[in-house]
Parts: sequence; C-alpha cells; structure tokens
Amino acid sequence: MTQLTPVLSAHWDEKDSFTIEGYKRHGGYDAVGKALEMEPDAVIQLIKDSGLRGRGGAGFPTGMKWGFIPQGDNKEHYLVVNADESEPGTCKDMPLLMANPHVLVEGIIIASYAIRANYAFIYIRGEVAHVVRRLQQAIADAYAAGHLGKNIHGKGFDLELVLHVGAGAYICGEETALLDSLEGFRGQPRLRPPFPAIAGLYARPTVVNNVESIASVPSIVNNGAEWFSAMGTEKSKGFTLYSLSGHVANPGQFEAPLGITLRQLLELAGGIRPGHQLKFWTPGGSSTPMFTAEHLDVALDYEGVSAAGSMLGTKALQIFDETTCVLRAVLRWTEFYKHESCGKCTPCREGTWWLVQILRDLEAGKGTEADLDKLLDVVDNIAGRSFCALADGAASPIISSLKYFRGEYMQHLNNGGCPFDPIASTKFEAAGSR
Amino acid sequence: MKSANSFSPEQLAIMDAIIARYPRSRSAIMPLLHYVQSISGYVTPEGIEAISAKLNIETAEVTAVSTFYTQYKSEPVGEYHVGVCINTLCAVMGGDAIYEAAKEHAGIGKDEVTSDGKVSLERIECNAACDYAPVVMVNWEFYDNQTPQSVRDLIDGARNGNPPAPTRGPKSLRTWKENSEVLAGLSDGLAGEGVQAGDPSLLGLKIARGNS
Repeated sequence: MTQLTPVLSAHWDEKDSFTIEGYKRHGGYDAVGKALEMEPDAVIQLIKDSGLRGRGGAGFPTGMKWGFIPQGDNKEHYLVVNADESEPGTCKDMPLLMANPHVLVEGIIIASYAIRANYAFIYIRGEVAHVVRRLQQAIADAYAAGHLGKNIHGKGFDLELVLHVGAGAYICGEETALLDSLEGFRGQPRLRPPFPAIAGLYARPTVVNNVESIASVPSIVNNGAEWFSAMGTEKSKGFTLYSLSGHVANPGQFEAPLGITLRQLLELAGGIRPGHQLKFWTPGGSSTPMFTAEHLDVALDYEGVSAAGSMLGTKALQIFDETTCVLRAVLRWTEFYKHESCGKCTPCREGTWWLVQILRDLEAGKGTEADLDKLLDVVDNIAGRSFCALADGAASPIISSLKYFRGEYMQHLNNGGCPFDPIASTKFEAAGSR
Repeated sequence: MKSANSFSPEQLAIMDAIIARYPRSRSAIMPLLHYVQSISGYVTPEGIEAISAKLNIETAEVTAVSTFYTQYKSEPVGEYHVGVCINTLCAVMGGDAIYEAAKEHAGIGKDEVTSDGKVSLERIECNAACDYAPVVMVNWEFYDNQTPQSVRDLIDGARNGNPPAPTRGPKSLRTWKENSEVLAGLSDGLAGEGVQAGDPSLLGLKIARGNS
C-alpha cells in the first residue's frame, strides 16, 4: 500500500480538531515556543534547509522568499497569507482551515517572527462563511491565550493578525492583485518588478505565502528540516495535500509525500467510478495543461509534472471519464477565465472573450477546422502578454485539449453538434435529471 | 441623497471598529461593504456615502471597488441566496442539471429574486469543495453532494422559512444579512457548530490509519 503521511490532516477526525484545546492536545503552539528561542535568521535557515516550496502553485522555495525581505531597513514588514483558494479544482486549503485553523495561526506567528513582521493578514475568499467563522474563533482564542498580541510568550515579540475577507474575485489569488485588494482597491495585478519582497503591501517589504506553505512550518520547527526533507523527491521535499475530485469512486484529500503518482492515488480513491475509464485529468487545477491516461505514472512533484508538459500547480486532480465532452469542459473553463479576467490588460480582456465565442461555436458544431488554428492563434497572442498569468492559465486547457483531443473537436464539426449526453457524466446518472 | 446619518450611532461605531483593525483606513473598504450588506442586504447609495465619508475618499472610488467584486450586490438578493457551482467539474458532475432544476422550480433566472423576496439564484464559480461535487452554496454555506431534487427541496424549505441545514456549517442556515455580518468580521458565535470535516476530507487519513 502506498504510504500516506498525514501531518496537517493528522487529527481532522477528532470532533474538536478546530478548537484551541483540540490543537494543544497534540502539541499545538509548542513550535512557537521553540521558534522564539531561536534567532529569526536561524528560523529562515531552517525553512531553507527543509526544502519547503510554495504550495500555492508556483513552487518557489519558501525560505528563500523569506530571505529576500531586507533586514535592518527600518520599515514595517508584512506577512500576507493567501487563502483566496479559487483555482478551479482546488479544494485543500478550505478543508484544512475548517478542521485545523490553528496550525495556520501558529505558522503565521513563526513566519512573522522570522521575517520581522509585526502585522500579518490572512486574505480569505469571501464565499466560505463557516471557514471564516472557524478562523475568526481561532484568532480570538490565540489572542486570549497570549499567542498573538503584545509580548508573545513573554519573549518581546509583538504580532497583530487580521482576517480579511474577500468578495468573489478569482484574480485576487494572484499575489499582487491580492495586495491591491487588501489596500482597498480593485484587485488588479501590478507590474513586477518591484516584487512584493521589496514593495508589497503599502509599498513595504511583504511575504505572500499560500495557506498550506505556512501551515507546514510548525511541523518543520517541531521535527526538524531533516525530517521534512526525508520525505518527497530530490528537489520536491516533504508532504503535501493532493485533492482528487470528479469521476473517481471515492473523491477526497490525500496527504502524501511529493512524487506520488495518479495511479497510486487512484488505488487509494477506489479507482475511476465503476464501469468507466479515465479520459483526461488536470494535475493542479484548470490552469495546468491537462493529462490523459498516458500520464498515470508521472511523478506528481514539481519537476516530474513539468517534464511531462504541465505544472504541479495546486495538486488539484480533477478526474474526467469517457462520458465527458472535452470541448464542454474546455469551454466552461474558458468562460471562467473570461468572467474572471480583471480587464486591466487588453490581450487577456479581449482574448478570453474571443476564445469563448469561438469555442461556443465549435461545441455547437458550427465553425470550421480553420477555427482550431484561430484558437491557437488567439492563445498565442494572449499568453505571456499580460501583467499576470491569468491568460496563460486560459491558454492551458485549450492548447492541451487540442494536443490530445483534436479528433473530438473535429467530431463536433462533422456531427454538427456535441455527441455526448451530459446526464451520463453526472453523479446521479442512474436517476437521470430528476 | 442621505449620507452617513442613514446609519445609527451604533452602526457607525462598528464601522469605526472595522477601520481600526487596519494600519491604513482604506484597507477597511471590503469589510465595510460586507457590513453595509449586512444592514441593507445590498450595497446601497447610502452605504457608499457612509463609507466614502468614513474613509475620506470619493464615492466614485467606493463604487469602483464595490462593482469589481461579485459578492457585492447592487440590488437586493433573496433572504436565501442560492449559488449553484457551474464551473467545469461541478457542471459535469451534475451542476448544470441542478441549475436548470433550480431555475425552473424557483421560477427565476440568473441573478433574479422570487417575488416573495425569499430566494435568489446565481451561477457561481469553483467554491473549493470539488471533492463534494456537485456543490451548492446558500448564503455562502456549503451544501455538498447535491442533486436536482435536493435543491428543489432546499428552495421549498427556504420559501417556507425552514431551509435544511448546511452540510458543513452551523446547525441552521442563517440569512443573507446575518452571514454578511460574519464576512464583515463580526462574530456570531457559531464557529463551534457543525462538523470539523466531511467524509472526503477524511478519506486519506482513514486509509493511513488502516480503517478505511
């Protein structure tokens, strides 16, 4: 049996796992005590040594990011946690915060101490009221217990932590758009450089990290860099949350060492739903180029997925079986990118709109084979031509679906419409559309 | 147009407390907009005036922010705002059929409200619960593993003032205005209610423990 490594999820099956009592029962906030005994630079070095890389998609080394913050500059520093989890398919941070919000709060205290920040923010998406409640309570309880506020643990370190609730904009998951949003503006990406480490929130040095990255920090402080780096692969160290959704027998969260394969994960999830076969899947959300059954044995670490032509992303494995129309899937994702384009950069704003028009025609069996080339031409003119990577994300499903399923596009044209029955793909297909 | 004095002294004091959370006042604009929605149900002209006065910025700047984010509504929504996830994975797993059933059963279209003001309908994007697909959110609470029939029942319950409880959320569903207050950062004391995790969240852990 494939080895799983529950660390962040280790106590989610306890009814009070989200309370401060439940968290302390398993050594919660011990890591803060340990970290505050260390020099801040030693904490940064520990995280560098562990090999922890960003779990929000880009995979940038977390300790190195912390090390970019200029020290002794007499400026305020900020830590901002990106809890805007909105990438289609991504569903790891919300269950983590619902079941164990304190591990994030503890990680924030340690990270803030390391980068010498006295103000930290959690930017959480707004469409998750109960996750917001759990975090509000966790923060209030951490203040009451002396883990936040003035002179934490009597060690002279001060930290204010503010929960900031978003309001429904995918683009705010992009770190510079998130910072503009947090400053009280429309959430639109900034031109870089300068990077947030130099001019982030309020133009001050700022670290922006994903929830899972920061939540991994207390376990590293408690168990050491070697413990962490013993898991995973050569350049992708540690454990992480893999989320399986869609046409699998048992969807869910699997915390495993980096480098596990979809074949192994499918064994744990009971395989593709009975009587069906894998058709296509995303390794890390809709912005990562899709894979097919030929990629079942790709190591799901940063290097393995990249070498196979996609990205590890958020490890959001969305699984689709043979009943699914790939054009329908791609059109719907493209409609999403069009809807969520912030409008700042012309190629993205206009290009995503045109992609939707062309794909709608293609799915309806209208248009011609030349439209397939037109799709690729538009994609070529928007990817890499904007301030942020939203347009690159929009390009991914189109390019990859044309690579693996060009025949299915042609089938729509030759048929004069979609040959698939959407009810056959549903979870309640036996009951029909009732 | 009425301005800040459309709000009670208590409400204005809460706005000040929200602003005080931040190192710079303008950062409070988003929780203030959520707070206005908790009072009025949507972002009213009076609410924009009040935020403008509190933050000392132009009303046009407040409107520019308000209209950027889909959760801020420029018109009233229902007491129970139903969002059906129609992003690819949920749509394929049944979200499209659920949305059609909801539309037909409630007799309203996208972004419309029933005549009794109880239910409104929105097509929402991925809500980070894909392992519970198809997902429906009501007032931003999770309704997991939905079917066309479960959503018809949900709409009936909402219209009768007796909606079913969220799958992962408080014991009973709060109204749109009440939940907007939570999003503004005001506690309703309900964090302890509901499950800590649903079954899909626990699947890997159970297998690791050898008791799947």
